[in-house]
Amino acid sequence: MIKRWISRFYLSLIVLFLYAPIGTLMVLSFNNSRTSVKWGGFSLKWYEKLFENKTILAALGNTLLIALLSAVIATILGTSAAIAIHHMKKRKQSICLSIANIPMLNAEIVTGIAFMLLFITAGDLLAKAGIHFEMGFGTVLIGHITFNLPYVILSVMPKLKQLNMSMYEAALDLGAGERQAFFQIVLPDIMPGVLSGFLLSFTMSLDDFVITHFVKGLGADTLSTLIYSELRKGIKPEMYALSTMMFLAVFFVLLLMNLNPRNKN
Amino acid sequence: MYKKSLSYPYLAWAAAFIIIPLLFIIYYGLTDKTGAFTLSNLAAVATAENSKALFLSLGLSLLSTAVCLLLAYPLALILSGSKMGKSGFIIFLFILPMWMNFLLRTLAWVVLLDTNGVLDTILKAFGLPRFKIINTPAAIVFGMVYDFLPFMILPIYNVISKIDVNVVNAARDLGANSFQTLYKVVFPLSLPGVISGITMVFVPSLTTFVISTLLGGGKILLIGNVIEQEFMKGTSWHIGSGLSLVLMLFIIVSMVLTSKYDDGEGNVL
Amino acid sequence: MKKRILFVCGCLAAAVSTGCGSSSAGENGQLNVYNWGEYIDEDVIDMFEEETGIKVNYKTYDTNEDMYPIIANGAADWDVVCPSEYMIQKMLDNDLLLELDYDNIPNISNIDPDYMETVKEFDPQATHAVPYMWGTVGILYNKTMVEEPITSWNALWDEKYADNIVMMNNPRDVFAPALISCGYSLNSTDSGELHEAAAVLSAQKPLVLKYTTDEVRDMMIGEKAAIGVIYSGEATICKSENENLQYVVPEEGSNVWLDCWCIPSTCKNKENAEKWIDFMCRPDIALMNFEYIYYSTPNTGALDLIEDKDILNNEALFPGNEVLSRCETFRYLGEEAEEAYNNLWKQVLSE
Repeated sequence: MIKRWISRFYLSLIVLFLYAPIGTLMVLSFNNSRTSVKWGGFSLKWYEKLFENKTILAALGNTLLIALLSAVIATILGTSAAIAIHHMKKRKQSICLSIANIPMLNAEIVTGIAFMLLFITAGDLLAKAGIHFEMGFGTVLIGHITFNLPYVILSVMPKLKQLNMSMYEAALDLGAGERQAFFQIVLPDIMPGVLSGFLLSFTMSLDDFVITHFVKGLGADTLSTLIYSELRKGIKPEMYALSTMMFLAVFFVLLLMNLNPRNKN
Repeated sequence: MYKKSLSYPYLAWAAAFIIIPLLFIIYYGLTDKTGAFTLSNLAAVATAENSKALFLSLGLSLLSTAVCLLLAYPLALILSGSKMGKSGFIIFLFILPMWMNFLLRTLAWVVLLDTNGVLDTILKAFGLPRFKIINTPAAIVFGMVYDFLPFMILPIYNVISKIDVNVVNAARDLGANSFQTLYKVVFPLSLPGVISGITMVFVPSLTTFVISTLLGGGKILLIGNVIEQEFMKGTSWHIGSGLSLVLMLFIIVSMVLTSKYDDGEGNVL
Repeated sequence: MKKRILFVCGCLAAAVSTGCGSSSAGENGQLNVYNWGEYIDEDVIDMFEEETGIKVNYKTYDTNEDMYPIIANGAADWDVVCPSEYMIQKMLDNDLLLELDYDNIPNISNIDPDYMETVKEFDPQATHAVPYMWGTVGILYNKTMVEEPITSWNALWDEKYADNIVMMNNPRDVFAPALISCGYSLNSTDSGELHEAAAVLSAQKPLVLKYTTDEVRDMMIGEKAAIGVIYSGEATICKSENENLQYVVPEEGSNVWLDCWCIPSTCKNKENAEKWIDFMCRPDIALMNFEYIYYSTPNTGALDLIEDKDILNNEALFPGNEVLSRCETFRYLGEEAEEAYNNLWKQVLSE
């Protein structure tokens, strides 16, 4: 009983640690004063102003679209790669894994600069061939997919290692096709890894600043790069309002999913 | 699922967007402005200020990785043992914070920890001893732990929750107490997750420049800041690339160390 | 499996192609404007779009040093930028600016000729830059947190104010007070002088609460620090939020700066860029910008339109000749000196 109480207490402490800044930002979004250091009374004005702020709304659109596309593509690409790598011979496997890990292990800033050099060079070459190419949404997406891939692979690989292959072989013996055996036996088993890879990708993409900063070119500002450009003169409180709403939206969706009685069983 | 073709799209992608950009960095790191070969960009790490920044980064990132591991492992155990963990709710609880932009979340700590900030005011009101953490290396470790803790929790939890309950029960039946079960059974089985977690925390900590900018008050220079300034302010992409190559060396060393561990223990299953 | 792979590739192609071709232009083309953050009344951008039918793509940067590599490396095709004087000189040295056609900028007649003379200091024929805003650098202090009015840079080295001092955070801006208080020019390139200034900055480091260009304003309004080095326009905003604050240009002298509109060599829409610059020089527009960001405008037409004449007596916004005579503008010092500043500043920080 004491052990359980300690567990609960520890859990609450960590949750408090993780959520304290979020609570702070929420409070700031209701602050009537423009600066984050003075409490000027309760106000909803930043929520109203948010919907008039085209810059923030455009950045929000970019951010969500890039996060979704890059997470979906990285999950499919990464999961298939993880399966292929898992069945490679050891030497080849370790080479592939090392390459796969590069975008994650390398400094984000170096990855970002490397992309920028690549895209600028590509732009120059294509211009000679008469094709107009400049950095923007497409290059940000490529960047995000690339740095998401190792997170998918790293999430799926441990599941593959724990996978009981005899089940799969048994399915084949019992007459299932490779595809059927994969979707009915293997995939459900590694699904937690695939899902956590997808979620990690989505959130990493949402949160990324450094790489986007280097490859966004003229257009394609995401929320992160917009916040960074606002740092100099202080964050616009509309941004707190938007973050609060995004956060609460996700929070309630997850809460509903968990309160759904069918999920409980 | 054994088909080799499964790996082709990924390999093509990796070649175009992982290998080739990296070659650009190597090219820049090993040439000067005229394009001639040189090692001076690599040697730039030996200057007093750069090596200080590198060692400070190494120290702080090792510390934050250790703190993350110490905080996350018990938590992963608790989660995998509780009903809430199984419903997935708790996992979302640890991903959820990432839905608030990390620049904003990190900035919020400034509001909380600053002189005359929230925490300081509370301590003052109760007459408790006040402490100053903001704009010190401790604040940076704090920020690293805060930002990267979920990356330690998730992989460890992922692996522990997959451990067959029967294995644990068998250990118990054979007379192991709970500490022995943890030490001899659960921990070795969870090593792949621990290794994943360590790489996921150590590397971003080592290479960050945003956290030190936001929480260090501009007074603390990490190797990430040096490289960032080399690229963004100093406009010497050559020296910046050279320093990045040195940094990558450290990353590769840590990778090799951890992958050895991984191969030795992770394949027990 | 193959179908799935094709599907993935299809998705990619679709995503990439929509990304590349998405830049929609207005009926009269497009204009890419790259300006300092919070350095314009954004309504002005809408007005420009409406009046000219040109679609504006507006983005911001934090410092001259951030903007430079973007232009120099052609990372993006910006049509108009707004660098400070020393950066204009550097860009000219590196052939990164296009000559302006003043026939397309008739409103330049509103700019006080004195400032066009200033432009000649860094652009000898004054053919590449049109002044936008100017200001000084000085000390903003909190009257309730200091013992006596501050008049000298020496306050920044006073141990009384340990942990109460906020400094700027880029090499030139941080070295300026140190060089001046050592009795040197803020454009010094002398190695001995620079090392002396660096030593002074190292000695100061333990007293400094934070090095930041970004947050001085918030920190001073929130009374987190007693003394901050700050731009004059920021100081005016701070004073309007917190009446305990006082701005002073120290007696030893300081930096006076001038930001100008320029057309970089990456420009693809030069005519539109000139229309933009002309628009910015229109008195009503210059007034809107002035009243929004509170930096000093060189636009005499705008000054004539100001109704509240008290504002012209605001010492922080419009310092008298007595103040300006002890101020100096930054000059581009060449690559070698730039590197020396960067390296010394790095040494100070890494200690």
